[in-house]
Amino acid sequence: MSACHRDFRASGWLPWHAVAVFAFLYLPIVTLIVYSFNGQGVGGFPPRNLTLDWYRMLFADDAIWQSVLNSLLVAVAAVTIALAFGIPAALALDRANFPGKAVFRRLVLLPLILPGIITGLSLLMLFREADVKLSLVTIILGHGTALISVATTEVFAGLQKLDRAQEEASLDLGANYWQTFWRVTIPNLRLSIIGAALLIFTLSMDEIAVSFFLIGRDNTLPLEIWGRLRRGITPEINAISSIIFVFSLVVIVIWYRLRVREGQPEIAAELGP
Amino acid sequence: MFSRAYRAAITVPPVLWVTIFLVGSYALLFCYSFWTVSSGQTIVHSWTLDNYRELLRVDVYLQTLFRSMGIAARVMIFSLLLGYPLAYYLSFHAGNRKDLLYQLVIIPLWVSYLVRAYAWKTILGSDGVLNTLLQYLHLTKHPLEFLLYSPFAVVLTLTHIYTPFAFLPIYASLEHIPRNLVEASHDLGASPFQTFWRVIFPLSIPGVLAGATFAFVLSLGDFLAPLLLGGPSGIMISNIVVSLFGAAYNWPLGAAISFCMLGLVVGLLFLSERLEKKWSFR
Repeated sequence: MSACHRDFRASGWLPWHAVAVFAFLYLPIVTLIVYSFNGQGVGGFPPRNLTLDWYRMLFADDAIWQSVLNSLLVAVAAVTIALAFGIPAALALDRANFPGKAVFRRLVLLPLILPGIITGLSLLMLFREADVKLSLVTIILGHGTALISVATTEVFAGLQKLDRAQEEASLDLGANYWQTFWRVTIPNLRLSIIGAALLIFTLSMDEIAVSFFLIGRDNTLPLEIWGRLRRGITPEINAISSIIFVFSLVVIVIWYRLRVREGQPEIAAELGP
Repeated sequence: MFSRAYRAAITVPPVLWVTIFLVGSYALLFCYSFWTVSSGQTIVHSWTLDNYRELLRVDVYLQTLFRSMGIAARVMIFSLLLGYPLAYYLSFHAGNRKDLLYQLVIIPLWVSYLVRAYAWKTILGSDGVLNTLLQYLHLTKHPLEFLLYSPFAVVLTLTHIYTPFAFLPIYASLEHIPRNLVEASHDLGASPFQTFWRVIFPLSIPGVLAGATFAFVLSLGDFLAPLLLGGPSGIMISNIVVSLFGAAYNWPLGAAISFCMLGLVVGLLFLSERLEKKWSFR
């Protein structure tokens, strides 16, 4: 585009601004990783006595790994709940009319936009009034409910690109709704569903504001970390965080490859206008 | 094309779930805000406006709410100042590096919120990375104490966390601008600045509004960054709520504060949606 080249020089500060913003965004992450190898603890410049001790300590730390397992369990269950209700919700918003549809659309999205503390407290009161004991189950219900929004938005976006002719053909050829749903609708929404599942999974793994109020005896990983931060900080936290970061990066790369191979256009943001 | 039974099957389960867990719990929050706690530390289900009177009577609640709004407003402004030019650069000038740079903005979101707040704590602390670096370079003799446990630390950390959130909708709105509009503006003799100010910026306002709303609303209700980095002067309204639900044990008062926050947030969302509609040209 010639127009863009023409004013490139006029905006000479823009690339520098971008560099500065990236530096700001990555400074804590780089610090985190570097100091996970620092023998002298979390602070102090320059880093000294590089060591793998913190990783060794981490691998021997049963409480952390128990909380990782709890988090994985919660995330898988939350993905299941959010998809089980979010996919039908997206279908309903796309192809059914019911009283209160406009309100429902906004309501589903609310937990994503509201500060987590409000949703967390409200659910806490609900469980208290219903005499439900707090445990991982209450966290799962909380995450599942809050993250239905993600499944709904992703799948709804997928449905807008879906060609309904295939579903019509399936119904005309004698398949019932159930068969059409599993053999035509779901496979066509595959990418949206996988994308939603990955997003819900990672959001749940990282969730703390809602879990903070719904926690029972067993900690999730963020709450375990929170507990330790209040007692004093060690590079063990850096070590576990670095491992999770690398793990997430691998997941992003795989997901990105998958999307590119399937020739899907980049979703700029569901958050967009 | 879809039968009644099919439509009922896709509608009823999610609506029921959302009604029980979301409508139910938000409604309960509302109810709690009118109840009280007895001296024996049990919740009394009698209806009264006392909690709301208490909020207006005791200065600390409103003061903290205004301070939180001030912090949230600063986070919003800084996120926009960082996010908008970045989004503009990526959308119009990054060329074939665009996708890569876009991913680079997203990646920090994959590092736990809590962990990034903690990382800032290790950077800003009195024997943290920044202070020891400054002393190592002989720029300062003593640690700068204002870096940590201050509203500054909270604003910095929340800006770090919400800049990508502000960036995303702005970038999406810039990407939606038809490029021939921009070229037409150039061809008709507008300077780059005029093109930006008269064509591009007005078309990106819905994205700016969405990004600003995210940054403001999410940082308004934050309680973890203030607890970790804020110190006494960085306390925010949600910290008061947390203590009312914990040691201070006054759930109804906490519910009243939360309900006010809920009202404020929903009002802001409504307002920003109206404004977005007004500014949207599609």
